Amino acid sequence: MPKKVENVGCPYCGVCCDDLVVTVSDDGKKILEVENACAIGNQIFHHATGGERIRLPRLRQPDGTYKDISYEEAVDYAAKVLYNAKKPLIYGFGSTNCEGMAAAAKVAEKAGAVLDNCASICHGSSFLAIFDNGYPSCTLGETKNRADVIVYWGANPAHAHPRHMSRYSIFPRGFFTGKGHKSRKIIVIDPRHTDTAQMADIYLQVKQGHDYELFDAFRAVVRGHEIPDQVAGIKREQIVEVAEILKKARFGTIFYGMGLCHSDGRNHNVDIAISLTRDLNDFTKWTIMAMRGHYNITGPGAVWSWQYGYPYCLDLTKRDIAHMNPGETSSVDLAMRDEVDAFFNVGTDAGAHFPIDAVKHLRKHPWITVDPNINMASEISDLHIPVGIVGVEVPGIVYRMDNVPIQYRKVIDPPEGVISDEELFERIHQRLCELEAEETAKEGAKAAPEGVRAGSEP
Amino acid sequence: MANRITLNMITQRSIEEGVAMEKGKTTPEYFEACSIIEMHDDDVKALGLVPNQLVRVTSECGSVIVKTVRGRQSLYPGLAFIPQGVWANQVVPPRTQATGEPQYSGFPVTVEPVNSERRKSALELVQGAVGMWRGDQ
Repeated sequence: MPKKVENVGCPYCGVCCDDLVVTVSDDGKKILEVENACAIGNQIFHHATGGERIRLPRLRQPDGTYKDISYEEAVDYAAKVLYNAKKPLIYGFGSTNCEGMAAAAKVAEKAGAVLDNCASICHGSSFLAIFDNGYPSCTLGETKNRADVIVYWGANPAHAHPRHMSRYSIFPRGFFTGKGHKSRKIIVIDPRHTDTAQMADIYLQVKQGHDYELFDAFRAVVRGHEIPDQVAGIKREQIVEVAEILKKARFGTIFYGMGLCHSDGRNHNVDIAISLTRDLNDFTKWTIMAMRGHYNITGPGAVWSWQYGYPYCLDLTKRDIAHMNPGETSSVDLAMRDEVDAFFNVGTDAGAHFPIDAVKHLRKHPWITVDPNINMASEISDLHIPVGIVGVEVPGIVYRMDNVPIQYRKVIDPPEGVISDEELFERIHQRLCELEAEETAKEGAKAAPEGVRAGSEP
Repeated sequence: MANRITLNMITQRSIEEGVAMEKGKTTPEYFEACSIIEMHDDDVKALGLVPNQLVRVTSECGSVIVKTVRGRQSLYPGLAFIPQGVWANQVVPPRTQATGEPQYSGFPVTVEPVNSERRKSALELVQGAVGMWRGDQ
């Protein structure tokens, strides 16, 4: 008899929908039906048992083909690549659990690697702005229960976070928002008239790359100053009208996305968005939230900040002395300067999502992919290590876009023999320790890294 | 009618790309979802393009052949959109303004019609870029 598993978390986007109902075949091996998920989440569950899965690590051969090898051989290969590299880069973690991220950080510290996550090419700018200017944010539940004005700026949840609007922002009926959509004003600001813009009461078609100017104009109007007839392609009357709506809101949330982080200005666009939010709090209650992409891309920021004090772009080449400086220690910049000599692609696809020039630079050196599926990174790797799919085959903790941790469960077992990211990285760490011990026994300990080590005597 | 025009390129997620990506980046669905470009009707007319015509998109760091489609989400004249993914990243400049984030949105490209060329597959583009493409296997 097929079994229904309720309250399942979705391993797709940062909304982390946790109301999925998954029907599993009576032998527990096939996913038959997924209820409540969006089109993309649905595909993730069905793909787990519907397509062909890689069940063993694959090592590239001299003729360019892959050959299956054991996990033991793969762990040994991966550990030796890390051990022999001067400055390896371990990047990704958009799609794994916090347990896997913590284990990978142990490996990075032991190997003296740079440890980075997908925020590096996504909401990394948000971190920089938040460091500078704070983060007057809230939980998604507060938005659902309180917000009567919603702004989507440079974000298109209809495509990137398909259930965000129905669960938390536009449509749900909350404790103080019992009329749902009817009681809310929706403002969408984007250079494209997106499917999200179709939902808007007011749509402002900002000129691409001119978001900063428009934020500045809003701040000026909110503070009672004059502005030109037109700013960033938007007429003064419209800016004044929207500014009045923002000031008169009972509770508002600005959700912003890649339109700010990927355009000229990057962190400065986010910085002024935060400043506008702070200004509006002189009149009423306003909050701001980054539309984090992957279901647990908030996770590495939380885990690594707790472990090392920094959320991304962590240079651990001096082992337990962490250092972070995006532009210098960020993956794409490191790649373009040829500063790393081995690359680990973990739970992401740098092959498809990095600019191709960065891919070319990274591929000059050993490239190892850790991912359940075949993707572009796996197809240019020296070694591809398959792991279980978190949220489908592997349980674990994930952080939603509003920094709320959620315990994900598994609904089926991974393919026989396939291990989790956490187990893989624990085994690589163990092998690194063995390699270090072997070398110490032969030649004495490696020279201690320079700098003041934590806990050392002055 | 112009032989080529210069547009401002942006690249972001589309739900078609998201669904196809989870199905697999070597699938026909991913190919059709991502190897496309959307432009304003004025720019399409300026180039004299017919629906589904292939164009070459060239930026400061590379070029790629994609298909012209009329998107559901409209752009203003001068702005062009390729969904995020393998084809877009053939032309995305890796400069990061010292933040780590490449210039995914807001970089100049030239767009010109092509007649005798084809769209390459994701694998051909990525493996080809790093010298690993062995032809259709």
